[in-house]
Amino acid sequence: MDKSIKKSSLTISENGLEKKTTGKRLEVLKTYKIYIGGQFPRTESGRYYVPINAVGKKLANVCLSSRKDFRDAVVSARGAFGGWSGRAAFNRGQVLYRMAEMLEGRKAQFIEELTQQDASKAKAEKEVNLAIDRLIYYAGWCDKYQQIFSAVNPVASSHFNFSVPEPTGVVSIVAPQNDSLLGLVSVIAPVITGGCTCVVLASETKPLCSVTFSEVLNSSDLPGGVVNILTGKPSELASWFVDHMDVNATIYCEKDSSVKKMMREKSALNLKRIIFYDKVNWYTEEGQSPYFIMDTQEIKTTWHPVENIAGAGGGY
Amino acid sequence: MPTTKKKAAVKSNTIKLKFDTSWSYAPAPESKSAATINKQYDLFINGEWQKPSSGKYFDTINPATEEKLSEVAEANTADVDKAVQAARNAYEKVWKRMPAKERAKYVFRIARIIQERARELAIIESLDGGKPIRESRDFDVPTAANHFFYYAGWGDKLEYAFPNRRAQPLGVAGQIIPWNFPLLMAAWKIAPAIATGNTVVLKPAETTSLTALKLAEIIEESELPKGVVNIVTGAGETGAAIVNHPDINKIAFTGSTEVGKIIQRAIAGTDKKITLELGGKAANIIFEDAPIDQAVEGVINGIYFNQGHVCCAGSRLYVQESVAKEVIRKLKDRIESLIVGDPMDKNTDIGAINSRAQLATIHKYLEIGRKEGAEMYESSCPLPGKGFWCRPTLFTNVAQSNRIAQEEIFGPVLAILTFRTDDEVIEKANNSPYGLSAGVWTDKGSKIFNMTKRMRAGVVWANTFNKFDPSSPFGGYKESGFGREGGLHGLNAYLNLV
Repeated sequence: MDKSIKKSSLTISENGLEKKTTGKRLEVLKTYKIYIGGQFPRTESGRYYVPINAVGKKLANVCLSSRKDFRDAVVSARGAFGGWSGRAAFNRGQVLYRMAEMLEGRKAQFIEELTQQDASKAKAEKEVNLAIDRLIYYAGWCDKYQQIFSAVNPVASSHFNFSVPEPTGVVSIVAPQNDSLLGLVSVIAPVITGGCTCVVLASETKPLCSVTFSEVLNSSDLPGGVVNILTGKPSELASWFVDHMDVNATIYCEKDSSVKKMMREKSALNLKRIIFYDKVNWYTEEGQSPYFIMDTQEIKTTWHPVENIAGAGGGY
Repeated sequence: MPTTKKKAAVKSNTIKLKFDTSWSYAPAPESKSAATINKQYDLFINGEWQKPSSGKYFDTINPATEEKLSEVAEANTADVDKAVQAARNAYEKVWKRMPAKERAKYVFRIARIIQERARELAIIESLDGGKPIRESRDFDVPTAANHFFYYAGWGDKLEYAFPNRRAQPLGVAGQIIPWNFPLLMAAWKIAPAIATGNTVVLKPAETTSLTALKLAEIIEESELPKGVVNIVTGAGETGAAIVNHPDINKIAFTGSTEVGKIIQRAIAGTDKKITLELGGKAANIIFEDAPIDQAVEGVINGIYFNQGHVCCAGSRLYVQESVAKEVIRKLKDRIESLIVGDPMDKNTDIGAINSRAQLATIHKYLEIGRKEGAEMYESSCPLPGKGFWCRPTLFTNVAQSNRIAQEEIFGPVLAILTFRTDDEVIEKANNSPYGLSAGVWTDKGSKIFNMTKRMRAGVVWANTFNKFDPSSPFGGYKESGFGREGGLHGLNAYLNLV
């Protein structure tokens, strides 16, 4: 399959007649744009940057997203939160499964982009396969983690009392910089599985398949705004990701201790939940678990009195 | 439809209660003789009572009489360091190595001794903090004992709590607690921490140290290994010394959102784990189909319980327009019947405000409320001449944007707003940086579930309010903090899952 993509001459059909093209066909290049509210705008700033791979090849003119892009994305994510968190858990599972289907169908393109971003063919294929499987894994969790982490609490008074997880809201994510597809999928999936919405900053040096992944999202019945993907520089945007008053939680996946310190400090502004995934190996089993879902969940406890009719006593 | 009737017709619905007749309650004071308070208290470090290195002590007073009860040691950085070292030592050498079932038995012991000494603890709690003896006797102290009892049993069963994970203690926990439920907050902090194998350094609030120090006596009596629980008294600087100590693995704080944010900033760049249980401005919502008399009782309990010194107090009341007049009239009648005065009297409903500073804060907000144009109504009850007192108060004609509807007052002050539709009240209720608790009153089951699901708060009471239980997780959304205390979910705060 992937061979056909690169073919420079091919047979085309026109008015039922077949004829050979002569000479080289010019390849149509893709403009790599960002993904906000289910749309593919360019950055409002008009800026771009050019990531270069190990052999010195330019990857693309990639959007250098601005603070304003981030703010627009947060508005989209907040707007999508009520609908997405209100979906039936089963339905969220269907959408995540659909994402896996779409990714599977475009596997060749992702392998191609990962190899452009310096992965070997074998490693690229492994990464895409794991990313697909990870989506399937979380698709299955959508309507199950609640049962694992809920409780009916045996309070001493005459009340019915239960605790359930609920999504915390809008999550800003600085995605893993190295595992540009698997890492991205591994941090987005548990967040949206739990009904949160998010704004994600893709890998700075390896942004191609993040943008292409947003095309997968766009064709997966995932409502616009649930996942918003920006490209750009963490050094420029990370502080805004944790500064925004309408963001409830921030996920950071790198080891940079000065960024981690900055994030904890700024999170105090509105007491964001700060989650660091700097020690996770996304290629292993430890890269997936329902505990990742719980990192962006709140526990809500509800009480209601239970009537005690004096005459009935304790028995039946 | 009550709204279409004339004002007089609404008024005649019930007989107005009269409390200015010859009927009154005879005084029923609890005796102080069942409790002993020392003249002076040292720091409880490494199982011993140690003098503060500064030699400084500060007074703790009875807020109902302004009389000095005792004096309490002021711990400085050196004392805190000593306490942390003791806790570290106890953690490494004794506590984490002890079989969990043996650790649990110590925690059970503490629960039992609290039960045995309950009366003494209740008396001291009311003397030192100003809360009515009925509340300290029937709520604070038994709930504190139950909390130890509940978590004791978890100690050797953690493999059942976290599927597919092994739970490990964190190490030394630094714990800072507020003055509104002094003993109970100490129990909420210490019980889950030590039951899961951690050791602790706890600082009670400076105005209410006495029951925490009594708890230290109980811990001594329980023969808990030295250094597992250390109690250091002092004010903000002592707390800062705990937060900033490099050998502490975990900070657990209950208090104001303002201080919570300072702590969050202070631990940036460290590996300290943190849970914060902070302020609130709970919305309590009454729909027209609610059982109104029960709702009114619930609202009264929701805001005037413990003088309103409750982070989850139902301080914003949203009443559906059609029943607003009736509810407000009944609330006014009801606060008139609340007994304000001597905390040691068993009939007292509202005791003393915890401190002069807190009384000033409450008065500041009463002034702000009036200036913002809300109508203030307070009970006509007399107040004692000495001590810190505030009549139960409510504001009507409050706007959503008013500061008394947005900011935590932490006193017996209710802001009343009205609404027409479900969507409107959800929007208003959630329009707050806080998200600790919420309440809803309606007879319609489907509406209860709609409301309890859509309100962004960690604890939601439906047709009840201000209920607590050791098995029930408590904690907030948004700026009310993170982490849970109580129940299975409360274990998380003191464990690493591997």
